[in-house]
Amino acid sequence: MAISTRSGASAPVYTDGVVRAFAVASVVYGVVGMLVGVLVASQLAWPELINGIPWLSYGRLRPLHTNAVIFAFGGCALFATSYHVVQRTCHTQLFMPGLAWFTFLGWNLVIVLAVITLPLGMTQGKEYAELEWPIDLLIAVTWVAYAVVFFGTVGIRKISHIYVANWFFGAFIIAVALLHIVNSAAIPVSLGKSYSAYAGVQDAMVQWWYGHNAVGFFLTAGFLGMMYYYIPKQAERPVYSYRLSIVHFWALIFTYMWAGPHHLHYTALPDWTQSVGMIFSLILLAPSWGGMINGIMTLSGAWHKLRDDPILKFLIVSLSFYGMSTFEGPMMSIKTVNALSHYTDWTVGHVHSGALGWVGLVSIGSLYHLIPRMFGRKQMFSVRAMELHFWVATIGIVLYIAAMWIAGVMQGLMWRATNPDGTLVYSFVESVKATYPFYVIRVVGGLLYLSGMVIMLWNVLKTIGAGKVEPIAIPAAAAHA
Amino acid sequence: MDILFLLVPLSVVLVFVILGVFAWALRNGQLDDIDREGERILRDDPVEVDADQSHR
Repeated sequence: MAISTRSGASAPVYTDGVVRAFAVASVVYGVVGMLVGVLVASQLAWPELINGIPWLSYGRLRPLHTNAVIFAFGGCALFATSYHVVQRTCHTQLFMPGLAWFTFLGWNLVIVLAVITLPLGMTQGKEYAELEWPIDLLIAVTWVAYAVVFFGTVGIRKISHIYVANWFFGAFIIAVALLHIVNSAAIPVSLGKSYSAYAGVQDAMVQWWYGHNAVGFFLTAGFLGMMYYYIPKQAERPVYSYRLSIVHFWALIFTYMWAGPHHLHYTALPDWTQSVGMIFSLILLAPSWGGMINGIMTLSGAWHKLRDDPILKFLIVSLSFYGMSTFEGPMMSIKTVNALSHYTDWTVGHVHSGALGWVGLVSIGSLYHLIPRMFGRKQMFSVRAMELHFWVATIGIVLYIAAMWIAGVMQGLMWRATNPDGTLVYSFVESVKATYPFYVIRVVGGLLYLSGMVIMLWNVLKTIGAGKVEPIAIPAAAAHA
Repeated sequence: MDILFLLVPLSVVLVFVILGVFAWALRNGQLDDIDREGERILRDDPVEVDADQSHR
């Protein structure tokens, strides 16, 4: 592709069509995935809500919610931003644009198939890897194509230095491919049914090796790639310490791989493996906080920008939640803390402080920066709507996680309470009854977060309506040899 | 825990791969003079490319 410049010569332009498609898809899937989330949260508060409709039952919709928000909303946001960032930082168009469109089609087909098969009850029963083997194969093919496009683009870069965000995106792409292929190994018995290649505790170990590294590489490294590009761009300041960002990257990828066993404390997993998982989880605090401080300090000397720029509010508050959850996570991985927190709603609160707070807000902030620029505008249609979105979302998160913290600690204490004669003080159902008000508060928090996303969808549609698609020329590398 | 015979060697291989990539980054000059790289992304318009950056 090329556009003609004033001098009449044609200049190469960025491959932005696929970026636009993924960005808009991300917002739409965000609304859908969070709507399903509110529905399953409501079912926990009012179990009779959808009485008798098997396709809407909690066990089938909960994996649909997690897949929709992580892989559809988060995944599309990662595709959009990585394709955008790699072109902008390498001063080149995408390598094989046709293949990039194939990743869009493949990824959306995966999402459509998930929406069909999960409510039908087809599942491998592995958390965050529920999709059955034919869909797993499609994911693998799409992901390899993604890797070819991304690393191909890095390969044809015009800037010698590979910007730090690309390192994070690259690690995310390679690690997810490896995790997905190892964990999804299964023996098919029919088109919609397969059995894991691993059995018993082996399967549990592989599952959480996958599960936690999915948190580390999909939900952390990928979104850190966003953070390292969009915060400096939005703040119009370079990242606080570029050196620290490099240390952050290498430290994170060297230490992440073995945190998984902390999901299996006090199980059939050998004790020493659990301890290894705990130690690696504790080590992770250092690079995580280094990165968080680096991101937040980027605003050092320009804090006033936070006052009236809602996009920076999203991005900086997302880092605060990143810091909170990367402190909470290592703490919960300590065995004695885990003895209280495991199997309670504290875990759910922890996940959502990371998911709604970190992943959600950094994606929303990045998309608010990206979308107007992709449609020939400097700013979103309504800045006030962004501001409203920020406050609605933040209050929603606080309600959600505070309710789950209280509920979780309460459950843990009730379950372990014993009478002097050794019998339990509370039956399980008493802890369920005591949790009811917190489940209702969680629904309210989720509803607020969802309504913020609906505001965003409206704002995005208005922005697209008021903007126009214009090819953006790649800056000519004014090379003086 | 037979699975560790897969996962542990996999991690070891990965560590060597990461070390290899890190060594490439060092030798390729990716980590030389990095202080200005943070600012480059802020200059979107006609970029200045120095002699040592233009060989690609």
